[in-house]
Amino acid sequence: MKIDRREFLKVSAAASGAVAFEFVAPTASAAPAGVTPRAGAEFTTPPGIGMTDDAHEVTHWLVIHPDDRVVIRIARSEMGQGSLTGLSQLVAEDLDCDWNKVSAEFASPNEHIQRKRIWGSMSTGGSAGVRTSQEYLRKSGAQAKAMLISAAATQWNVPAEECTASKGVITHGKSKRRTTYGKVAAAAGKLEAPKDVKVKDPKDWTIAGKPMRRLEMPDKVLGKPMYGVDVELPNMLKASLVQCPVFLGKVKSVDSAEAEKMRGVKGIVKADDFVAVVADNWWRANQAAKKLKIEWDEGQNGQVSTDTIFASFREGLEANDLPAARKIGDAPGALASAAKVVEAEYSSPYLNHATMEPMTATAWFKGDGTLEVWTSTQNAEASIATASETSGIPLEKCEVHKTMLGGGFGRRGAPQDYVKQAVIIAKQFPNVPVKLIWSREEDMQHGFYRPASLVKMKAGLDAQGNVVAMQTKIACPSILALLRPEGIDKGIDFTAVRTFSDTTYTIPNQLVEYAMRNPHVPVGFWRAPGLQNSFYRECFIDELAVAAGKDPLEFRFAMLKPQDKNRLVLEAVAKAAKWGSPLPQGVHRGIAQSDGFGSFTAMVAEVSVNDAKIKVHKVYFAIDSGYVVNPDTCRAQAEGNVIFNLGQLYEANTIKDGRVAESNFHDFPLPRLAEMPMVETIFVPTGGFWGGHGEPGALNLVPAVLNAVYAATGKRIRSLPMKEGDLKA
Amino acid sequence: MKLNVNGRVQSVDVEDEMPLLWVLRDELKLAGTKYGCGIAQCGACTVHVDGVATRSCVTPVGSMAGKKIVTLEGMGARGISRVQKAWIENDVPQCGYCQSGMMMAAAALLAKNPKPTDADIEANVTNLCRCGTYGRVKKAIHAAAGQKVANDMPAPTLAPNGQKI
Repeated sequence: MKIDRREFLKVSAAASGAVAFEFVAPTASAAPAGVTPRAGAEFTTPPGIGMTDDAHEVTHWLVIHPDDRVVIRIARSEMGQGSLTGLSQLVAEDLDCDWNKVSAEFASPNEHIQRKRIWGSMSTGGSAGVRTSQEYLRKSGAQAKAMLISAAATQWNVPAEECTASKGVITHGKSKRRTTYGKVAAAAGKLEAPKDVKVKDPKDWTIAGKPMRRLEMPDKVLGKPMYGVDVELPNMLKASLVQCPVFLGKVKSVDSAEAEKMRGVKGIVKADDFVAVVADNWWRANQAAKKLKIEWDEGQNGQVSTDTIFASFREGLEANDLPAARKIGDAPGALASAAKVVEAEYSSPYLNHATMEPMTATAWFKGDGTLEVWTSTQNAEASIATASETSGIPLEKCEVHKTMLGGGFGRRGAPQDYVKQAVIIAKQFPNVPVKLIWSREEDMQHGFYRPASLVKMKAGLDAQGNVVAMQTKIACPSILALLRPEGIDKGIDFTAVRTFSDTTYTIPNQLVEYAMRNPHVPVGFWRAPGLQNSFYRECFIDELAVAAGKDPLEFRFAMLKPQDKNRLVLEAVAKAAKWGSPLPQGVHRGIAQSDGFGSFTAMVAEVSVNDAKIKVHKVYFAIDSGYVVNPDTCRAQAEGNVIFNLGQLYEANTIKDGRVAESNFHDFPLPRLAEMPMVETIFVPTGGFWGGHGEPGALNLVPAVLNAVYAATGKRIRSLPMKEGDLKA
Repeated sequence: MKLNVNGRVQSVDVEDEMPLLWVLRDELKLAGTKYGCGIAQCGACTVHVDGVATRSCVTPVGSMAGKKIVTLEGMGARGISRVQKAWIENDVPQCGYCQSGMMMAAAALLAKNPKPTDADIEANVTNLCRCGTYGRVKKAIHAAAGQKVANDMPAPTLAPNGQKI
């Protein structure tokens, strides 16, 4: 994975006849140096703890080489969202180094533990990478800069205040002496980090706020081994597994005689709830796994189906004494006296994350009593804890090497099932690294699904068409109950009720009630947990606008305070989309707004419906995230969110006989290139706060599109996935 | 069995029915070609067989005798291919996992159709990308073809009160 960018540019220039690269860095001759091997990506040489060769740690967030290369440590994960680059930009900005000489490495989870969690959270979710670490990262950059200046000043025997630093060069103005960060890094690293340092005002940014190219480029287009499934170690074996099709089921017995005889098979591992085949080649392991004759104890859930689950949701909506997630005024009373009452029921299915890289982990019990794990993880601390707990080897003797993720979307954070399995399997093969890769079928049928849910909304309008009351009942499995029970507050899982429980619409009487119903199907944090509530609320608001005879944009404005940032993004998106202006024949608009994950967002979709088929032509997306650290990767998140969530119209995991019925992409169809609409991103960064980008863009796509579908057809889609005939006349 | 991969003839001792994908990944240690579905649905495993984009996860290696196989690693062997260059310039990948297959599909399309239209790209590049890089994939293919993109995503707009980008 070690790539010399200058070398790369030379060969590529030779190949193309001219240097045609537009690295955002000032000169095309020196691009960022990429991700260094310590990232765990150079799989043949497991990284050790501590510093590489002659590099010096200045603060725990950055290491500087004598030749001025700066290596920034990244505690979070990179799954395509761009945090690796954005976080590096923040450190580099306040360090005032040369961006061309910046590369990144993942901080070692083992070293993290030995140094008392020095790098803070390693969890990567909730669109929180930048917004929850920007403060200490920027500070660390500024501290390092002060230490480097101080080291130079000491060498020159001049006051530090007389020295300045820019782009990695320290200058003493009076004597015109100059040195570089690399030359004083060793001395700087021995200094105490100053407590009070000032970070830059974002107005003065020159590295952050710019559309820097991803640091893991060009490796990502060269086919370098960098993902969890790519790990290759000496004498490594490969494993494929079979889990009980009915969730929570156990292995009763297994007849592996046929599998054992197959070519390349090295062993069968029978665990409580899965059976794995270990072989010298993954395909051989997987072929043999298909020959296992397993008798399962399916437990009590073999009869559960989507219908029985929704029946439990319906029972939940009818239950009395539901805990209230929000109570303002007297909604039932106001509804009783409203001029007009509108009622609707909406629902959504379970959804698999369907990361392109299936779940995977490699474990290696080494002869010296240590355990090393390589995995695509959104939370390396959870991974190392799982490795230690499962193996019985103390944390200090475990290491997790973080690889690039072939997609995460929430699947690889809290649940570390695949790490646990890899450790269980590899324990049977001392001194031999074993790589577990799930088949796509296992991945589709053993996810932690976006919860299905059923919601009933009831709103009252006065004679002028103003909303005077809204009552919402939500029946939805609790993600927190399964993965983070301490997060449940008085029977409320905020991920199940958000968007209703925290709406900024100024409706005077509101009641939001939650019926937690937890079928046996595992649920998890799926990109923008709770986003189905944006679909429900924003489509229902559209219904109310129709009932009130008002324009849906004006109708929303009437319920948003003048300074509400939701209003500002609505204004921005409406302006960009020229809301109200004529559209080509057959094209219709829909609008939606939601806030979440620290940001405020609004969307307009331009849609046509022909022969009952929906075509999304263009999507306008406005976001106020306070600041934009990398406009290009943030824009990529906006574009990606549009097509990712367009899939929601057609995707579903259905439950039959206690198991997921879909098994692969033929029956869980993801959107393809031909369906990609044009996306126009409108950044409205008003400053003063830090919002996320990975998930906010997910919130409004479904309601904006379905509101446009209503405008086009007069048909209201209230239940996803869409069914044959939903749009037929 | 002898296999011609990226211009090198190599011997492998495997079953005829083993999919080419797993010969490349587990026997020849060429990890650039990815496993996504195993049923030719996602295209992450796309390689070139005699210049034709082929889903290696359903291609038995026994059918590869005498054929020229090219993987992403081979595409950039003499420097970097114009497709990869266009991918870099347009910052196409997000997670990047599907991009190997995506670039192989793009290169095969350009070889038979040097100036593809949007419709040509939509019909020929059917690979799945969960991150949603399709807009940039399309743009990069046009760039590699040396043509201007007719329907590019507009550049991000900034509100006047926003900080400078």
